[in-house]
Amino acid sequence: MKYTEDHEWLRVEGDLVVVGITEYAAQQLGDVVFVELPEVETQVAQGDEVVVIESVKAASDISAPLEGEIVAVNDKLGDNPGLVNEDPLGDAWFFKMKVEDMSALDDFMDEDEYNESIA
Amino acid sequence: MTELKQLALRALHLELGGKMVPFAGYEMPVQYPMGVLKEHLHCRAAAGLFDVSHMGQVIVAAKSGRAEDAALALERLIPVDIAGLGEGRQRYGFLTTPAGGIIDDLMMTNRGDHLYVVVNAARKAEDLAALKAGLPDCDVGEVTGRALLALQGPAAEAALSRLVPDAADFAFMDHGIRNWQGVELWISRSGYTGEDGYEISLPDSAAEAFARRLLEDPAVAPIGLGARDSLRLEAGLCLYGHDIDEETSPIEAGLNWAIQKARRAGGTRAGGFPGADRILRELSEGPARKRVGLRPEGRAPMREGTELFAANAGGEPVGTVTSGGFGPSLEAPVAMGYLPASLCAPGTTIWGELRGRRLPVTVAALPFRPANYKR
Repeated sequence: MKYTEDHEWLRVEGDLVVVGITEYAAQQLGDVVFVELPEVETQVAQGDEVVVIESVKAASDISAPLEGEIVAVNDKLGDNPGLVNEDPLGDAWFFKMKVEDMSALDDFMDEDEYNESIA
Repeated sequence: MTELKQLALRALHLELGGKMVPFAGYEMPVQYPMGVLKEHLHCRAAAGLFDVSHMGQVIVAAKSGRAEDAALALERLIPVDIAGLGEGRQRYGFLTTPAGGIIDDLMMTNRGDHLYVVVNAARKAEDLAALKAGLPDCDVGEVTGRALLALQGPAAEAALSRLVPDAADFAFMDHGIRNWQGVELWISRSGYTGEDGYEISLPDSAAEAFARRLLEDPAVAPIGLGARDSLRLEAGLCLYGHDIDEETSPIEAGLNWAIQKARRAGGTRAGGFPGADRILRELSEGPARKRVGLRPEGRAPMREGTELFAANAGGEPVGTVTSGGFGPSLEAPVAMGYLPASLCAPGTTIWGELRGRRLPVTVAALPFRPANYKR
């Protein structure tokens, strides 16, 4: 698992990258009440805002960690946005993307580095 | 930056895991480990304990020593029938500006030989200035050294009755003084959640012991500012600085009900308060814009500042959301805002612009949820 400075986690699944947010981020956001997901087959550039998360406190964005194509989104979050608080590292993944250059993942933090960054 | 003022219950908030944030010059708990959503639901299902000690407590006493003189004096600043307020009774009102805007909204209680007034934390200075300037025949003093707790929810009566045996005898908007372990509790049956409940003023030195006793009751949970906001929003209650301010009139804000007959045109003490021209005119002719309830379609909250449109494309904004968020009890987004009178009928569809997209919003009657007051 890799981590971004924006508190996203990235998990490789075959030739896809699955993206979610960390437990720390979910805790900071508070109770999530709405998630807006991108359309599948959207081409995204690194840094594009692709997901909107609304918690009881505020709205925040998730940006595409890499350039690529959104190939799947987690529709469960539409009906049950609270899943982001319950299982941020598992069931509450946001989207899967196809990335041209998987080696770009190496630039992100590993778990130890991430934990140190939020300590 | 000026230093934040600390609550008498600070240590207890920290012990309970309260997340402290700056609010109106105070360090206040915004939530506890339960989280805003569950705190909100807990208050509606059982009882919540809120520390609202940041609010201003003010005594207005006529120099003559007669409560009716203080009431009549205050009527020069507030368009409410205060002289008709019985002893031990509380009433909602607002200080108005010469242009008919609102300096602050507040609660007033007739306590026999003086009036006890509770005002918003962020407006204390403005309120005290307006009261002192407008009431040369009264002594106006801020109460210091007293905390203010709110106990709200269907289980509030039973919880308070354990410490104050006759708590159930208070009706909605009754006020009384009771003794608890040698200290004076100033108790009102009122609140800011749409639920039955009480507000209790007590000496700082006794606040922690009293709060701990209330929290021993499994029905009572501590509730932070976050849920206080979503509770009052569902109850359709105005938040000063957001839904009302010096520009909005009480009539635009839909607070007509708070202006009793005696102060309206043709009443026994009609007018005679700042901004009476505009306020009485709007009362008879209707205001050009009004505060309304808003139910956005779908689940996306429309927060303060969201622009409202009469059509799903084109045109200038016709209004703005002044308070908005997610209503945990309604399991849906809710908001309030101002719209031109022609668009204010419940059921009217308008559009709110969210992230560049216009989404339908239905104008709704307020409150979003019926209140559970014990009248």
